[in-house]
Amino acid sequence: MAREMVADRHPTDLLLRSDRLPHIWCPGCGLGSVMSCYTDAVQASGIPVPLHVAVSGIGCTGRVAGYLSLDSFHTTHGRAIPYALGLKVANPELQVTVISGDGDLSAIGGNHLIHAARRNIDLTVICVNNFNYGMTGGQAGPTTPRGATTSTTPNGNYEEPFNLPHLLATAGAVYISRWTSLHVRQLRESMRVAIKKPGFSFVEVLSPCPVGFGKANDLGEGRDEMWFYRRRSIVDDNANLADVGLSMSEDEPIVLGNFVNRDRAPFRPAVEKWAIEEVLHGEA
Amino acid sequence: MPATEQRVLTGNQFMNGDTACAEGALAAGCLYFGGYPITPSTEVAERLARRLPAVGGAYVQMEDELGSITSVIGAAWGGVRSMTATSGPGFSLMMEAIGLAAMTETPCVIVNVMRGGPSTGLPTLVAQADVMQARWGSHGDIQAIALAPSSCQEMFDLTVRAFNLADRFRHPVIILADEAIGHLTERVVIPAAKDIVRTPRRMQPIPIPVAYEPFRAPDSTLVPLMPAPGKGIGAHVTSLTHDERGYPATDAPAHDRLVRRLYDKIALHTDEIIDVEEVGLEDAEIAVVTFGSTSRTAKRAVSMAREAGIRAGILRLITLWPFPEEQVRAVSQRVNAIVVAELNLGQVRREVERVSAAPVLGAHHAGGALMPPEIIFQSIKEAARHGQGNGRRSASDRPLTAV
Repeated sequence: MAREMVADRHPTDLLLRSDRLPHIWCPGCGLGSVMSCYTDAVQASGIPVPLHVAVSGIGCTGRVAGYLSLDSFHTTHGRAIPYALGLKVANPELQVTVISGDGDLSAIGGNHLIHAARRNIDLTVICVNNFNYGMTGGQAGPTTPRGATTSTTPNGNYEEPFNLPHLLATAGAVYISRWTSLHVRQLRESMRVAIKKPGFSFVEVLSPCPVGFGKANDLGEGRDEMWFYRRRSIVDDNANLADVGLSMSEDEPIVLGNFVNRDRAPFRPAVEKWAIEEVLHGEA
Repeated sequence: MPATEQRVLTGNQFMNGDTACAEGALAAGCLYFGGYPITPSTEVAERLARRLPAVGGAYVQMEDELGSITSVIGAAWGGVRSMTATSGPGFSLMMEAIGLAAMTETPCVIVNVMRGGPSTGLPTLVAQADVMQARWGSHGDIQAIALAPSSCQEMFDLTVRAFNLADRFRHPVIILADEAIGHLTERVVIPAAKDIVRTPRRMQPIPIPVAYEPFRAPDSTLVPLMPAPGKGIGAHVTSLTHDERGYPATDAPAHDRLVRRLYDKIALHTDEIIDVEEVGLEDAEIAVVTFGSTSRTAKRAVSMAREAGIRAGILRLITLWPFPEEQVRAVSQRVNAIVVAELNLGQVRREVERVSAAPVLGAHHAGGALMPPEIIFQSIKEAARHGQGNGRRSASDRPLTAV
């Protein structure tokens, strides 16, 4: 039975490399929603689309850059932020967004993450946190909650995970928010604000990973895992960030919100346009 | 344009090699330096930290060398000439990103002022033991372009040349300097800005054609035109194996096609890269193959040999990679024996043995001080004994190690 087509294109089609779709992500993964929120935020930002540049590291989230019909850079594991820094300093007109995973940004790239926040360089970092290394099949990382089972924590994770909003607030980020991939309206708006915000902004997105993480922790299918996050979620913009760490317990809330929005002197070094002209065309 | 310091310090200067390297970068139009302090390259960073902002460029002191080199690659894609400088331990940390630069065809310059290794080794003292690391340090089939300055003047000249080669080949170019040259102070003649040759980066014209493929080379250079970000091109640049569109590809033919092109774009044009200097080889029976600071003490060794009645000369390798195979082979056919003098235990000797028609002896020292001329002289004497009569019997498999 043929269905009636209600639209032959999506409003953000032009921002996606439709010739690369379908994407590689598993059914139930939150990354599709995150990517969609980002393309909406790009359009809503009011900044001309060609100036938006996406930089990713390695991993499932690292593949986002490759599906965006923007100038996009898929770098090495952990190094999306210094790559983005170089782009931004060399070409300050660009609106540079880093989209990468929790492992890429906070484990192998953790040093760059805190130093970029300390410098307050004008970057937007979207960190998709699925509590594990999904691309390699579900190993523990620095965001894996205590007690969670993964292929490398078969008896439960005994390490304390990072509380990323608290870490980034301490390091100096000027904008910090956290949503789940189910909170698409809030997430979209958060991304828009983060993109517009001068300085280092950080958006954490909690995303289900039914294959890599959910299955090992009896969280069910993707939708069940989403509901596991959704029913525990509370929104508290004024939360004490020391208290927003994440656990596996049904009894403990997942605190979401726009936690930080403050102003601080941004990172200064930038290549001047006249300097590029001078190099190209000789001494002015 | 605001009043600034002069970008090109035209005239006679008296400066150390690291400083001359920094001035070479400025003269070449470098506008971004991402670095991390490490002896004996720190003076490069210090000079550029002061000079770059004054000429409209940017110096960023990164949190580590992983960040330094990656920010340099990002800055190159942002549209400027960019560089970092380091030494052994930092160079080791940069290996993965050098592969990223090669894979994504990113023009950039990496200066390694070599010190004694392995590991932390001799932070303040000379060695030349990173030759093979420059060639093979990053995983995968990769090409390398590496230049070895032997004077402060060459620290300037070869830095300019490194930027030109980087843009010509869209490839990371390594300057393999050594501590003795980096910390040596001598005269450097800086030309007028208009006399500094600058190979332009070949950019993709805008508007792009309908069926645009950012990683398809348009001609026999095998080098694609570089797309600028922010202009609406929408190019995807990935460290993954990719097809001509820049899209990730996981099939064997695409991988072979890409890696071969990256390899061949350099292998088929080595004549544009390789540079050597011959000193006193016209009548030589023994050729000393050397590079960097060791080529300076080799001159003394050659004088000692000539005083002792042995006609020796020098083949100085200015380009280390791609290796000057033809030049070494040609010299080996004219002499009775070759001595390879280097501050390591046989890295260049191995390459020379691979191509030489004459017996090859080593004059090696692991570093910590300049190569003593006496060690090279001893090897020249032994080589002369080898080379007497039927000298081209076989290559020596017994390296001369000394001290």
